[in-house]
Amino acid sequence: MSNETMTRIAQIVSTNDVTLFMKGTALFPQCGFSSKAVAILDHLGVAYETVDVLQDPEVRQGIKAFSDWPTIPQLYVKGEFIGGSDIMMEMYEAGELAELMEEKDVARG
Amino acid sequence: MAMAAHEIEMLIRVAIPDAVVEITDLAGDGDHYAARVVSESFAGMPRIKQHQAVYAALGGRMGGALHALQLTTSASA
Repeated sequence: MSNETMTRIAQIVSTNDVTLFMKGTALFPQCGFSSKAVAILDHLGVAYETVDVLQDPEVRQGIKAFSDWPTIPQLYVKGEFIGGSDIMMEMYEAGELAELMEEKDVARG
Repeated sequence: MAMAAHEIEMLIRVAIPDAVVEITDLAGDGDHYAARVVSESFAGMPRIKQHQAVYAALGGRMGGALHALQLTTSASA
């Protein structure tokens, strides 16, 4: 991964409280896992930004190296990598994702 | 480019010998699987690390040869 891409990703995840790297957009997810991730964030009622990796091949590859995580979607909260859609669902069901958002003082959507 | 369920199970068990692995072929197309992996070695590991251990076992196939794997990990059944 180029340093430039690494810097761009670092900037994106530090600029937004909550960032979801996904396939497609929140309105039109292009993959079932991304769709699930969006639904979870909507249920939590937090403000979030999405990055459509299908529009950006460098970020699509770069984000996997950035987090050492092979799949998309990927959730970041205040710059920290939280996990993919399976972890999001487990944490959501356990109430841990809501707790995390509260702890990190994330803005409501 | 699909993978057989037993192949996935074998790769995980080679890397995590005590793992109890349950694979479900979600769509019946050999391309969309769910895996539940239980291993005592996961005890005290954050979820991200548990999943990374499974992805490491699959040696880079995740997102490539293996398109979709819905993953659940746990330290105890």
